[in-house]
Amino acid sequence: MDKTLPNLQAAVSSITDDAVLMIGGFGGSGAPIELIHALIDRYKATGSPANLTVINNNAGNGKIGIAAMIDAGMVAKMICSFPRSSDPRAFTDKYLAGEIALELVPQGTLAERIRAAGAGIPAFFTPASYGTELASGKQIQEFDGVSYVLEHWLKADFAIVKGAVGDTHGNLTYRLAARNFNPLMCMAADKTIAQVSKITSPGGIEPEEVVTPGLFVDGVVQVSDSKQEEVLIRTGVEYA
Amino acid sequence: MTWQKLKNPQIAWRAAQDIQDGAYVNLGIGIPEMVAKFQPEGRHITYHTENGVLGFGAAPGEGDEDWDLINAGKKAITLNPGASFFHHADSFAMVRGGHLDLAVLGAYQIAQNGDLANWRVGSKGVPAVGGAMDLVHGAKRVAVITDHTTKDGKPKLVEQCTFPLTGVACITRVYTSLAVVDIEGGQFILREKLPEMSFDELQSLTGATLHTGGDVGALTPPELS
Repeated sequence: MDKTLPNLQAAVSSITDDAVLMIGGFGGSGAPIELIHALIDRYKATGSPANLTVINNNAGNGKIGIAAMIDAGMVAKMICSFPRSSDPRAFTDKYLAGEIALELVPQGTLAERIRAAGAGIPAFFTPASYGTELASGKQIQEFDGVSYVLEHWLKADFAIVKGAVGDTHGNLTYRLAARNFNPLMCMAADKTIAQVSKITSPGGIEPEEVVTPGLFVDGVVQVSDSKQEEVLIRTGVEYA
Repeated sequence: MTWQKLKNPQIAWRAAQDIQDGAYVNLGIGIPEMVAKFQPEGRHITYHTENGVLGFGAAPGEGDEDWDLINAGKKAITLNPGASFFHHADSFAMVRGGHLDLAVLGAYQIAQNGDLANWRVGSKGVPAVGGAMDLVHGAKRVAVITDHTTKDGKPKLVEQCTFPLTGVACITRVYTSLAVVDIEGGQFILREKLPEMSFDELQSLTGATLHTGGDVGALTPPELS
């Protein structure tokens, strides 16, 4: 068993038009920036994958990553908790022009909906959003005198995530707070592709150190000189 | 008598005095983050941030940032000894599961029954909620830090919120630029106020009835820049 993918182009080649795509990271921390840019390259060369629904905590920042996907016109809908950032122009312009859809989800509900999909739990009750406009139209039930909102699992066709070290079985570690949504998204997609700074042979990661077991990961691609999204934004990089 | 409203660091200082040794605390983005600066000497407090860190410390010096190590406000942080990382679902299990002792949030409006509005002021623009609707549920105490009134002098403590709600009956204490107010039994209970300010004047700047449940203390934080 070897889940190693030869390069970024191969890693994003199976992502289809109209797909629901989870993209890991929280802001720039843990964002699979090279996989995103490989996907944009493919779209610009072939017109595919188009009409994507993207799931991420945010909706892009500056002119790289998810913001560059939105600028390129590949994204039909964002599912996120906080579509604002220091430079949210890409999403804001398209949203106010009615050219991109938004499903706004409280952050903890977003995380739990993704986890539930990965865990085979179709729905759950949460106190978050009870009594607010984000609970509008949703089933409410009382438990021990407190009201809760029914939320459904959130599945995806594909997930692209960023790990620190991966092995050929797909076991992953994460760097610092770059873990965030990545392990959850690995569980919740039909097909998960991880970019990592280094791929080792099995045993290269101590079993005690594995955060995402390889069972949740379908492909691993090594990007040894991987950039950090926030660093790119702060140095004024544009991906157009 | 003349009075001067508290500056934001002074409100944060007052909130910090109530955090007990050993507490696990989430501080919201913005003014609430200042509370950590005024942690009283000798108390060990562990700070939680939604994106999966417990036990973070002060901001790093300029140039020392590692942008994989950030807080929920996307600002660079450092780690204290004993810190830990976890994924987002565990992070919000800590929130909703009642494992945090305190969450401190900002506010546009707080109603006398504890309703909070702090995520948007109308239906225009791009809505963004982040973790606010989760954070108002689960922590053992949920407090607010805020100016007592809006910039144009309108009360932020009101009978009923007119802005979209973040949570229902979730706030237990409000630290303002003029007073400390508890919410109990659907009422604002005044605990402390600026000593130079009369009760009637404070009431006139408050959009719902202020009740007193005994002595009203003097709100006198130190001068802070």
